[in-house]
Amino acid sequence: MTSANSSRTICNKTAIVGVGATPYYRRGESAPQTLDELVGKAILEALSDSGLNCRDVDGFAYFSGGFDTGYLMETLGIPEVRFTASLTGTGGGSAGSIGLGAAAIVSGMADVVVCVGANQQGSQRFGAITSAYPATPGNAFFGATGLVGPGHIFALLARRHMHLYGTTREHFAEVALSARANAVNNPEARMRNPLTSEEYFNAPMLADPHCLFDFCLETDGAVAVVLTTAERARDLRRRPVEVLASTHGGSRDWGRSIYWMNMPDKVFASSGHASVAARLYAEAGVGPQDIDCAQFYDHFTSQVIMQIEDYGFCERGEGGPFVADGNIRLDGALPINTDGGQLSAGYVWGMTHVREAVEQLRGDAFNQIHDAEVALVTGGPSNLPVSGLILGRG
Amino acid sequence: MDERIARHPPATGGTIVTDVWTAPFWEAAARRELVLPRCAVCGTYRMPPTPFCPNCHSQSIDWIPHDGTAVLYSYTIVDRVLIDGMEGSLPYVPAIVEFPHAQGIRLITNMVDCPIGALRVDAPVDLIWIEPEPGTALPAFTLSRQQREHD
Repeated sequence: MTSANSSRTICNKTAIVGVGATPYYRRGESAPQTLDELVGKAILEALSDSGLNCRDVDGFAYFSGGFDTGYLMETLGIPEVRFTASLTGTGGGSAGSIGLGAAAIVSGMADVVVCVGANQQGSQRFGAITSAYPATPGNAFFGATGLVGPGHIFALLARRHMHLYGTTREHFAEVALSARANAVNNPEARMRNPLTSEEYFNAPMLADPHCLFDFCLETDGAVAVVLTTAERARDLRRRPVEVLASTHGGSRDWGRSIYWMNMPDKVFASSGHASVAARLYAEAGVGPQDIDCAQFYDHFTSQVIMQIEDYGFCERGEGGPFVADGNIRLDGALPINTDGGQLSAGYVWGMTHVREAVEQLRGDAFNQIHDAEVALVTGGPSNLPVSGLILGRG
Repeated sequence: MDERIARHPPATGGTIVTDVWTAPFWEAAARRELVLPRCAVCGTYRMPPTPFCPNCHSQSIDWIPHDGTAVLYSYTIVDRVLIDGMEGSLPYVPAIVEFPHAQGIRLITNMVDCPIGALRVDAPVDLIWIEPEPGTALPAFTLSRQQREHD
């Protein structure tokens, strides 16, 4: 890949050299392992995959606040860290945490950075997480309305998209059915039985217009990747996967989004990714036509459709017909969520998508896209930051 | 058509916590008055209330009484128990309403006391007050009488 025009980008300067993951457990079934233990297992596997070891690690780049670096160093025997930082926000930063790590390496603040995400759900389910938020002046403006989970909140955006553009539940269903078809071939996916349209439409409506199959899974697990300089990557075990660009942030028009709900109309019925997407393509020096597969953060089917629009694969409002035309299937113009995604493979706050993109570009994915050279990964549409990542075969 | 009536939301939201910028909204609500924050300098409405006007950075706010005339911007129907305390409230309808006479700012609220099947995005709605706990009041909305007769 050729570098973007400015030397002040991270394009082609770093590479993912190792990936590790725990099994994807059904919610609660990772016990009695602890959350830090899951994180440690993913990190050790990623290092082993790369040919590096704990003594090489000198940086951590997280999202959503991350983990306790001191504890991880203590238990894993990492002698010294020069960089440890997290993006703000929540799952919106998963793809962007790779950019944070790359920024540390390009600026000379670290040589080998670990990026890791993990979930472990105990008594508190993610599906009802908003009901557990502390009472704050800001939360007061949605807390009393009974919006107990993200599925209810995003349903408000979904219905507006249906109203503005004629998007239908059949379109949402195609996202769910496509994800499941991919998961059927992935032995590591949680949901491996085929899903029919009839089953989709007979499923309970959890947050109309979202039914059960429009929601992602609730999974326990951890996924880690190891990042280093492009030069060093060439001498390591695995074929490098280069970071072409990673952007995060977003526009004020999106802002706190689901906790604000005062976005301008066109931005309201979106994933909030448009500005991050534009910078991502510019910095990577590629466009939507160059993407061989995309791993979209699929907490809800409706938000996959809106991300397809925000990333320029079709016009705004055309995301429904775009998926209905078969474009997102493995043999379509834009295969997405090729491992089954968070809808059917496993939900680890977006890091499964980073893993799958790396495996596609190494050529060893379960649903391998022929000759995949460039992959797009997105972080969760949520309150800012949202984020994106473009990786290239090294 | 789904003839079931949208019920009041469960009282699972907990206590309303305020700060100096949001308190006037909730204090008025407790008196069953809807007030909306408008910049006292440049006249820009904002919602929820925050420390600065995003347009001119003034911190002066006029709290403008509003008659509750609004349109239904979007909604979701909750018909399944996710957490304890929801059982007696199903189905209920979290919603967003938009105030055309206040520069289109929006409020996250509930649609109540109207048939679920009659809900339509962009329908005119009227303000009513609900009591999640005795002695408290929260703004909610129902389909306007005009809209129901039209249907």
